[in-house]
Amino acid sequence: MMATISPDNSGLRLAVRYTVLSLIAVIFLFPLVFMVVSSFKPDAQLLADTASLRAFLPVGDISLDNYAAAFARAPVGLFVFNSVLVTGVTVLLSLFVCSLAAFSFVFLRWRGRKLLLAIIVATLIVPFETIAIPLLLIAANLPWIGLDGFQIGWLNTYRVQIIPWIADGLTIFLFVQYFKDLPGELIEAARVEGASSWTIYRRIVMPLAGPVLATAAILKFLIMYNQYLWPLMVVQQESYRPVMVGLQYFFQLNRAWGEIMAYLSMITVPVLAFYLYMQRAFIASIASTGVKG
Amino acid sequence: MALPGFGLIAIFIILPFFFAIALSFTNQRLISPNPTQFIGMANYSRLLGVGVTTIQPERDDEGEIIRNAAGAPEYPRLRTIIRGNPDFANLAGMREWFSWERSDEARTIVLARDVVFMKALVNTLLFVIIVAPVQATLALGLALLINQRLRGISFYRAVYFMPVVVSIVVVSLLWRFIYDGNNGLLNNMLSALTFGWFEGHDWLGDPSTALGAIMVMSIWQAVGFHMVIWLSGLQTISPTLYEAAAIEGASKAQTFRYVTWPGLRNTAVLILIVITMQAFALFAQIDVMTNGGPRDSTQTIVFQAVERGYGRQDISGGSTISVLLFLLVLTISLIQGFLTREKT
Repeated sequence: MMATISPDNSGLRLAVRYTVLSLIAVIFLFPLVFMVVSSFKPDAQLLADTASLRAFLPVGDISLDNYAAAFARAPVGLFVFNSVLVTGVTVLLSLFVCSLAAFSFVFLRWRGRKLLLAIIVATLIVPFETIAIPLLLIAANLPWIGLDGFQIGWLNTYRVQIIPWIADGLTIFLFVQYFKDLPGELIEAARVEGASSWTIYRRIVMPLAGPVLATAAILKFLIMYNQYLWPLMVVQQESYRPVMVGLQYFFQLNRAWGEIMAYLSMITVPVLAFYLYMQRAFIASIASTGVKG
Repeated sequence: MALPGFGLIAIFIILPFFFAIALSFTNQRLISPNPTQFIGMANYSRLLGVGVTTIQPERDDEGEIIRNAAGAPEYPRLRTIIRGNPDFANLAGMREWFSWERSDEARTIVLARDVVFMKALVNTLLFVIIVAPVQATLALGLALLINQRLRGISFYRAVYFMPVVVSIVVVSLLWRFIYDGNNGLLNNMLSALTFGWFEGHDWLGDPSTALGAIMVMSIWQAVGFHMVIWLSGLQTISPTLYEAAAIEGASKAQTFRYVTWPGLRNTAVLILIVITMQAFALFAQIDVMTNGGPRDSTQTIVFQAVERGYGRQDISGGSTISVLLFLLVLTISLIQGFLTREKT
């Protein structure tokens, strides 16, 4: 399928290829372009424009009014803060906990590690949706000791959105696969010199783990930022809600489409910009779930 | 050092998994004044109970079938037959799921104890059976397209992948506007393209198109994900194989059949299983776009599990559905693994 530069790559053929590629690109782009463009239009014009290509062009009465209205309707800033906090903390803790576990599975010798790793990998076939309901019951009854003393119940907190998502089979597995390919002599040499496991992890293995850290971070970021079902169930209080659940403020609005588009753009465009900036890393991280998984 | 990781997985994945199985045999609720009791298979039979019966049309005093204005025979109401009738004790509490006319003088009725769940089951299976092969094939087509050596190809790859990084919740709300029956983008675009001939359709409001519309949107959102996995599979195929095929004078179709496809076998198994697992989890689209309607045409297993387990706080009912979902996912994955196994 590799088209090498051969005589049949004539101008016409090239033109056909680019046309096909571009038409498909339009299919993937038009809803997103429409979303962003519409967020700047008043509702009446937004609706009228859908009948023509104007739907995809920032023309007419362009303003930021929809954004102002969205901020007035819902505490957008709070939702974004919650999402960034939950996502950021979970990604960092996940990288640490999962890489540490993988390090132990690959480089340390202890009884039962093969069995434990097999169990962890087996959890990959359990979709989250099948454990969500019992997990809700568990979360409602878990104890916690915090600044304000002993409590029962994790509902309506940040921790209930963070802690269950720190460790997962896929992330541990990605680290294990990566660590297996590291040169074992490096670790052996360090051990001969009397370095502790912790030092080897921190000084030798982690500095070499850049690519897999990026992969794991991106996957976790996408999962966490886009969380919906879990926070929907465990967070009823507005003050802990993430952005996707915050969308519910806009569900019932059947008329104020401009406002909805403004909110959607606000929570999506930063992610898209980040993706376009780091495009290769994003795609590589998804690809790695395939090759090795 | 593996302890924190394994401990968290044990508490938040493995424990709830077995907990779900245990809860499915009880009548546990999220908050309840009554102690939890073991009730055996009752949750399962309540969900899966089905029965079949045949009913005769109403007859008048001479024994002639009573017909309505259109000439179709009139049947008695099912409920009046079943209720309190010891002959139909096994059908007590069931409702009509679907039925068909067996002949002019009899009607076969399939009953289910939980008609909504049955519809959810059928919709989810339909979704999986249609979306998995279609999406996998489209993703492969895109991967082949994007695997050409052309200037600017990485731009197209980036664009095709773009919807994957957008939340399915955002996509669903956005597409609700695209599918809208009054001023939706799709209706207006189709109308403009056909010079007004197309008069508009309420895609999500019509039971016959709602699930299809959600399928199209779901494929649009996720196909880039699987394109990338296919692509990484394509890139593991050695270029020398293609060179050899070219020297032998193989056509494009032959090259695909004998070089590309055999090299993609493992990728194919993985992609089918991944798509199947994702398709079975269908929830956010339903929650945002249709809430299971119109007329239960978009009910799904996970939507039902959440509606009962969380909405009605019926933890045991939701857990039972979860267990059934897991068994389904496992069965289908095993079948796919078996069908696509290496033939030796």
